[in-house]
Amino acid sequence: MAFVIEMLDITKDFPGIRANDRITLQVEEGSIHALLGENGAGKSTLMSILFGLYRPDSGSIKVRGKEVRITDPNVANGLGIGMVHQHFKLVHNFTVTENIILGLEPRKGLVIDRRRAAARVSEISRLYGLNVDPDSRIEDIGVGMQQRVEILKMLYRDAEILIFDEPTAVLTPQEITELMAIMKRLVGEGKTVLLITHKLREIKEVADSCTVLRRGRLIGTVPVSETSEERMAEMMVGREVNFHVDKAPAKPGEVVLRVEDLDVMNQKGVLGVRKLSLEVRAGEILGICGIDGNGQTELIKAITGLSPIVAGRILLGGVDMAKSGIKERVEAGLGHIPEDRHRHGLILDFRLSENLVIHAYARTPFARFGILDFEAIGKNADRLIEEFDVRCAQGGATPTRSMSGGNQQKAIVARELDRSPRAMVVAQPTRGLDVGAIEYIHKRIIAERDSGKAILLVSLELDEILDVSDRIAVIHGGRIVGVLDAAKTDENELGLLMAGSKKEVA
Amino acid sequence: MANKRNAVLVPLIAILGGFVLGALVVLGTGRDPLVMFSAMFQASTGINPATGGYNPRLVGEFLVQVMPIMLTGLSVAFAFRSGLFNIGAEGQLIAGSTASIGVALFVHAPPGLHQLLILLAGMAAGGLWGALPGWLKARFNVHEVVVTIMMNYVAFYLNNWMVLKVYGTIDGIKTVKFPESAVLRDSFLSSITNGSQFHWGFVPVLLAVAVSWFLVEKTTFGFGLRAVGFNKEGARYAGMKVEASIVWSMAIAGAFAGLAGSIITIGTFSFGRVLPGMEGYGMDGIAVALVGANTAVGVFLAAILFGALKAAQTIMQVNSIPKEIASIIQASIVLFIAMKLGIDYLLARLSRKAERADGEGSKP
Repeated sequence: MAFVIEMLDITKDFPGIRANDRITLQVEEGSIHALLGENGAGKSTLMSILFGLYRPDSGSIKVRGKEVRITDPNVANGLGIGMVHQHFKLVHNFTVTENIILGLEPRKGLVIDRRRAAARVSEISRLYGLNVDPDSRIEDIGVGMQQRVEILKMLYRDAEILIFDEPTAVLTPQEITELMAIMKRLVGEGKTVLLITHKLREIKEVADSCTVLRRGRLIGTVPVSETSEERMAEMMVGREVNFHVDKAPAKPGEVVLRVEDLDVMNQKGVLGVRKLSLEVRAGEILGICGIDGNGQTELIKAITGLSPIVAGRILLGGVDMAKSGIKERVEAGLGHIPEDRHRHGLILDFRLSENLVIHAYARTPFARFGILDFEAIGKNADRLIEEFDVRCAQGGATPTRSMSGGNQQKAIVARELDRSPRAMVVAQPTRGLDVGAIEYIHKRIIAERDSGKAILLVSLELDEILDVSDRIAVIHGGRIVGVLDAAKTDENELGLLMAGSKKEVA
Repeated sequence: MANKRNAVLVPLIAILGGFVLGALVVLGTGRDPLVMFSAMFQASTGINPATGGYNPRLVGEFLVQVMPIMLTGLSVAFAFRSGLFNIGAEGQLIAGSTASIGVALFVHAPPGLHQLLILLAGMAAGGLWGALPGWLKARFNVHEVVVTIMMNYVAFYLNNWMVLKVYGTIDGIKTVKFPESAVLRDSFLSSITNGSQFHWGFVPVLLAVAVSWFLVEKTTFGFGLRAVGFNKEGARYAGMKVEASIVWSMAIAGAFAGLAGSIITIGTFSFGRVLPGMEGYGMDGIAVALVGANTAVGVFLAAILFGALKAAQTIMQVNSIPKEIASIIQASIVLFIAMKLGIDYLLARLSRKAERADGEGSKP
């Protein structure tokens, strides 16, 4: 079969870093081609070049055998290349149809021909099994549906080659399954899909071939059906990757964190957490698993002090902290790796070194008499960057916003673990990270457990919960509906509990 | 790195754009733009480029123009670093002025101490005038822009009522003259500037610039402030007292503006005044903060520039160039600053072009 896209010998330099080093990518027409690599491997740069956002320093691009110069995204669109961005670009108070036709409005005289537009949208939606209601408003539909609107937008513009940039990062497991089906459908109708990801399971499931990048270099292109996940992971990371988390059995000590009869309001003003009780012992990891939106966020915010509670007690080392401020809880030994690292975990406009002392900046050695000691703050950053292998271009002076997601998360983990708290609330610690970083963060969390810390792990990734936790508490409708031994349960049992079927609390 | 470079380049380009536009307007009115530039030069250096004559009085008057807008600029910039838009520097300035008049007239103290008490009273009153909207924002999430605008009017009418009804006037416009112990003007400064109004107010102004820089960049307090300014939720997560930070930030911003009020009252004038209208120091402060990119050093430089523009107005008028041109230049500089994104984009394109030219040049 012919190559629909050929990127030959592409090199792209950024100040201080060669993002792409003579990379060649050849995509066969009508296939799903995966582009695999860790954060910072150069995937996004390569795709931005293909989409006309960057110009390569050297190398050439051929579309359907003809050499082209893609100077901006409009040229890319003209060549039938469309991109579904990781962060959707939709107008929230517009309908699906309005979003799709934006910039290409079919007109009847002076007014927009909405009826024709809606009909065309439904037609495409039906053809590819997207199942999108053209008249819904974006703000009323879920993330998975919004993504389909993005896909529809490409198809409406007659895109033949669709680039998906980390499409599953924001989706629930069910939505991921549906997206995979949609991709297969697209290819079935003759489109070509380029899938940027670092999730091996997804590649294994849908992709035909896979090109692996590592640190800006091409490692190779392999047929997916003949390559194991382990082999691909090894190509991506450059060493053997341990998928299963090795850990010794837990040696739980006394109860460090105890939550009793907790009631918490959610954003809509109704109880998001109801009469919830749990306890975490020293030296164990309690995993909270459940479908998104069942009270996890409210529980995390209540324990860490980000939102007030309605009733109940939160005991840290036997002392009720339910009414204490965040600072008091931090000082009493509560660590927190937050769910939303951009909103809570980091001040993105701060330098990395400043983010690493965000709790401790007012204490010695970082400040004396209210005056910051930038030397001490810098040294602290150097130490943590080294110890936790945080990759950043300018050391402690790196603007946090410019770092990759994985390294931002490593910075948070470094900061929180370095405080050596007695109890840690760890929320979604590996969301959007690549296997190398995931493996590392899991190892550090388990090491903390082994040093006698009490860890509450909240995650939407079942694999993560099963691999890392010692005990698993399933949350449903704001209550704990079951507590299980992680070694004696499986996805099926958890899945049933997550869906709300009753089980006696063990 | 490109960002840092642009942080300096963009204001410079904006200023250049403002001057070019101003020159075009002057051309449009059929006058010579060079006369305008020479007026500006003369206003800020005292040197008349046409005759070569030197008049230090002009320098003194120029510096008198700079002082209050440097302080209101600091006020706006300081609040902005914690994410607040202080439109109320005008009102805080007036509040500071009202309090200063009271202390100048009714408190008796030896010279030195008296002026110090007046400045402190001005800062305290301005600080309170800023703290109130800060508190409303922190406690009830009332937007500071709305509250500070309204408080400008409250301060304005309160000042006039206080001067008329409480302090008393001699002619319905001004109070009796302040005692010698209360004023910042003295014969020495006046004599070295050929009888200008130049006064000791420049000392507290420079101190304020230094304090503002130190507070924001070097202290734990400033660290918290900047964190709140960049990401309120992130600051809350880190255990910072976001609400207290907001109130303090507005109080300090208000104190800077209040200090400006004191300095005008006992420096430029030496009696309390019934104000005929808002004098625009607050608005100038917004422009100064914008051009100065909300940093102390930037505000220092921008205030000097805008002070020079103001000071040039008289000389421009003498040379039959409409003085409003100065306002047009000031306004267009602000407009160009607001077009920062566009200028960034242009710069990026230019540097790309230059890079490409380099690349092609180096090919064998």
